[in-house]
Amino acid sequence: MASAFQRLFGDKKNSKETAKERLQLVLIHDRASLSKGIVDDLKKDLIAVISKYMEFDEKNLEVQVEDKEDMAILEVNIPISQLKRSY
Amino acid sequence: MGEVFVVTSGKGGVGKTTTTANIGTGLAKMGKRVVLMDTDIGLRNLDVVMGLENRIVYDIVDVASGQCKLKKALIKDKRFDNLYLLPAAQTKDKTAVTEEQIKEMCDSLKEEFDYVVIDCPAGIEQGFKNAVAGADWALVVTNPEVSSVRDADRIIGLLEASGLNEPKLLINRMRPNMVKQGDMLNIDDMLEILAIKLLGVVPEDDSIVISTNRGEPAVLDDSSQAGQAYRNITRRIMGEDVALMNFDVEEGFFSKLTKLFKKN
Repeated sequence: MASAFQRLFGDKKNSKETAKERLQLVLIHDRASLSKGIVDDLKKDLIAVISKYMEFDEKNLEVQVEDKEDMAILEVNIPISQLKRSY
Repeated sequence: MGEVFVVTSGKGGVGKTTTTANIGTGLAKMGKRVVLMDTDIGLRNLDVVMGLENRIVYDIVDVASGQCKLKKALIKDKRFDNLYLLPAAQTKDKTAVTEEQIKEMCDSLKEEFDYVVIDCPAGIEQGFKNAVAGADWALVVTNPEVSSVRDADRIIGLLEASGLNEPKLLINRMRPNMVKQGDMLNIDDMLEILAIKLLGVVPEDDSIVISTNRGEPAVLDDSSQAGQAYRNITRRIMGEDVALMNFDVEEGFFSKLTKLFKKN
């Protein structure tokens, strides 16, 4: 019933709701763009942790944030040269 | 020992200078010793908003370069003996002063004044860095619309990165009628998105245009709604607990009608 009236009056979603949703989405991406300092710190920590378990070329470690439609994904690429033997 | 706060926003045109002028004048009216510092070098405006443009002799760049002592560059307000302006330079650019120089000025002003209010330029470059360098806390001004809220979010991140945690929010140019109709972000929406504490809300008000035309801050106009909002904000800065203003508006026929239908 309500939707019939809304159609009759051409009532769309409140424009402020649209504004809010758009803002929330754009801010996910804005906030996910990491500064170089944060990326460097993250790399350093990752290297420290991962080298406990496997050998890899530190220079080829890649850290980036990729924007997907409604989220941001942290991508870490680590080409492994050798797994450590498990005892 | 006084306190230094910076009025910033990221986006231009949201009301930083108007806010600086009104809060600073409001604090002076309450008997506090206040300096307004314009750091928008090359685009100075705090002087005209305060109606002091004809009194400028020295500016902030003259102080930074050592051509003039800090005290000598301060311009006394027309209305209050305890209110001063340190004007920006108009012919130089934002690299004419350094963060260290601004910090030094703030530290020295803090010793003699209760409040130093810094008007920050728009943008996130050197001018912003200079403006925040000497501040103890930051006031982020935003309007209830997407571009200004987005920029405010960016600024909050940058403030935190430079050690200014817990900035406070001032929502400027709020239009209660549009909020009521669901066509403008409301206070709760913005607090949810930006996740910082609210210092106050200033409604859109024609009296701001008129008072700026005259160079008389609206905070001194008892009949101005925006002026009342700024008076409340001033008292909150001084530590008083002041309730938010009530912006109730008469509901129009059509909004009543739509609401009636929406309930069904």
